[in-house]
Amino acid sequence: MSEKIKRYLGEEVKAEEIKEGKIPIEKFKPKAKYAWSAGIAISKFLEELKKGRIIASTCSKCGRIMVPPRIYCELCFKPTDGWTYVKDTGTINTFSASYLAADATRLKEPIIVAIIDLDGASEGMGIIHKIGEVEDWKQLKIGMKVEAVWKPPEEREGAITDIKYFKPVKEAATL
Amino acid sequence: MSIEKITNPFDARHWIGHMEADYMYTLGVVGERFFKELKENGRIMGTRCPHCSIVYVPPRMYCERCFAKLEEWIDVGKKGTIHTFTIATIEKDGKKLEKPVIYALIKFEGAHGGMIHKIDETDTVCIGMKVEAVLKSPEERKASINDIAYFRPTK
Amino acid sequence: MYGKKRVAIVGAGLTLFRRRLKETGKELAYEAAKMALDAAGLELRDIQSVVMGTAPDAFDGVHMKGEYLADGAGAYHKPYTRVFVGGGTGVFTPLAGWWHIASGQFDTCLVVCEEKMSSCYPHPQYAFTTIFDPILERPIGMNLIWIFALEMQRYMHKHNIKKEHIALVSVKNKGNALDHPCAQLAARITVDDVLNSEIMAWPVQRLDVSPTSDGGAALVLVSEDVAKEITDNPVWIDGVGWCIDSTHWTNRDLYYPDYVEYAARMAYKMAGIKNPPKEIDVAEPYDPFDYKELHHMEGLLLCKKGEAPKLTAEGVTQRDGDLPINPSGGLLGVGNPIAAAGLMKVCEIFWQLRGEAGKRQIPGDPRTGIAQAWGDLMQYGSVIVLRR
Repeated sequence: MSEKIKRYLGEEVKAEEIKEGKIPIEKFKPKAKYAWSAGIAISKFLEELKKGRIIASTCSKCGRIMVPPRIYCELCFKPTDGWTYVKDTGTINTFSASYLAADATRLKEPIIVAIIDLDGASEGMGIIHKIGEVEDWKQLKIGMKVEAVWKPPEEREGAITDIKYFKPVKEAATL
Repeated sequence: MSIEKITNPFDARHWIGHMEADYMYTLGVVGERFFKELKENGRIMGTRCPHCSIVYVPPRMYCERCFAKLEEWIDVGKKGTIHTFTIATIEKDGKKLEKPVIYALIKFEGAHGGMIHKIDETDTVCIGMKVEAVLKSPEERKASINDIAYFRPTK
Repeated sequence: MYGKKRVAIVGAGLTLFRRRLKETGKELAYEAAKMALDAAGLELRDIQSVVMGTAPDAFDGVHMKGEYLADGAGAYHKPYTRVFVGGGTGVFTPLAGWWHIASGQFDTCLVVCEEKMSSCYPHPQYAFTTIFDPILERPIGMNLIWIFALEMQRYMHKHNIKKEHIALVSVKNKGNALDHPCAQLAARITVDDVLNSEIMAWPVQRLDVSPTSDGGAALVLVSEDVAKEITDNPVWIDGVGWCIDSTHWTNRDLYYPDYVEYAARMAYKMAGIKNPPKEIDVAEPYDPFDYKELHHMEGLLLCKKGEAPKLTAEGVTQRDGDLPINPSGGLLGVGNPIAAAGLMKVCEIFWQLRGEAGKRQIPGDPRTGIAQAWGDLMQYGSVIVLRR
């Protein structure tokens, strides 16, 4: 840095100084409420979730089966042509054990979150969801097979949380 | 795919939520001195640019015209003139106010720019009206713009 | 040469980076901008256009933040543009400044970046959560750190990388930052310190992460004609590249940032660079997390996929190594006021190429340097190539 520059500007303020009232501040809390349109594709996706099914959209040009579904293929930049169901089982693409909640507060028990590549969709088509019924998350591996655990039909509302979480599949005795 | 015109977002399939945020703003290097002067000494200060001969109220660290650092502080007194005004009949959340409130942009003599604040102790107001600041008592002041309670017409 | 005029950087400015600074956003922008102007020996009236880079309004807590900061950035009554691509902003802003001059429309441009993350409390991390899809992702309770954790996990799995190798980056960068006058989190730490630090979202631990910060940075860009008049030591912008991927981030294999490679290729093509590891003398890739430096070294084609940890372990990326990476101390050591952090890296390459980096100066006679920033929802890359 330039040896020519003698002084770098910036007056630091410590959290304690604010707590002790040494530094005056102004507080403000905006109240922003939203009603986000689900859109054409996701509205259908949510309705199908309520029925206990996962739906994908397909593009005839590149042949992809896309989840979450969309009304345009972003690679070919044309409308998607059709709908098809994919399975509610899949493979763990990557995962994490988070000791942080959404608002950055610390959790005693971690939330296990993963990207799950769904069976029946194109390769690498994942959705993000929680992993449950895991005793020791350190035993989880990328490539492990998982299946969805749904809420009972009467509790479903047409939301991503109609799936409670995905759980590891017990190894099948035979294929 | 059909395209329909929907004007109420609650008619389309939607997801309700809110965006939470809390804010705590530092007053700034210059702002802190301005508000300390207001709180402790009951003075309204501006800063002066020596090159452009402009006094900025509220004060700022730099002259926006020539970018010089401003170090000269001036007491601009408490008297000003109404440059423009409005009469509010609803509050910020859209509810009707019991009594209308007058807000004005008040310019100080010899200073550039002005301050937005309430006008009270009068039901009538006009552009060019002379007004003066009424400060809260020293114990009530918090180093905030509301340390000035309102402006009133000068006698 | 692309464009009508060659573009040079002739001055740079930087404020301290700290968790919380008293200055308002306007004052931060002013301090950095004035420093850059003074370094270039110019005055505000010499500046014909201004580009401001600053990331979401949600941090500073001022809607239309670009307009709010304009006068602090010297844009009073001038043509003014605000650009914003999340973390990629810091390197994208000088790119936008480059357009102003290379197009032939202006001869001078002041480029300023500012971020005041401390206004959002208790922690700006919560404001980040609004980046996630409100219907499919937020209801799960997303925290920003998760996307990094998921990406880091995938990267480690694909190339069988251990945390110890990644921790070396944090050790190097925080150590390098001890020589940076503006640094927020410079420290001499060990790999064990990293591995024993608090788990945030496995595999991310506290010492793997850069802090949130307040800070400002600025550059003065001028055309070739002006550069010849005012300095003997211009640093030329010889390559620019930028690229974005979609927000369908769960549909991607996160182990490799394609979009960084495309941005790098674009910049290298313009600069005539055919063999990046040989032709580039110093690089400042974006390092908000330690594994990100490795991820981006590969995306920038500075080494083969999966090879970055090995180069780090061998000392190749130290200041006295064959390919110094993040001699400044990066975001991990200096701080991460989103937009200003990326511009800090460009400032560092500017000072390195001029031999003005003081204790951080890399030996030899560096002539070509690159800086890269990354942003948004795992999707954006911006790259700049500087030459002397």
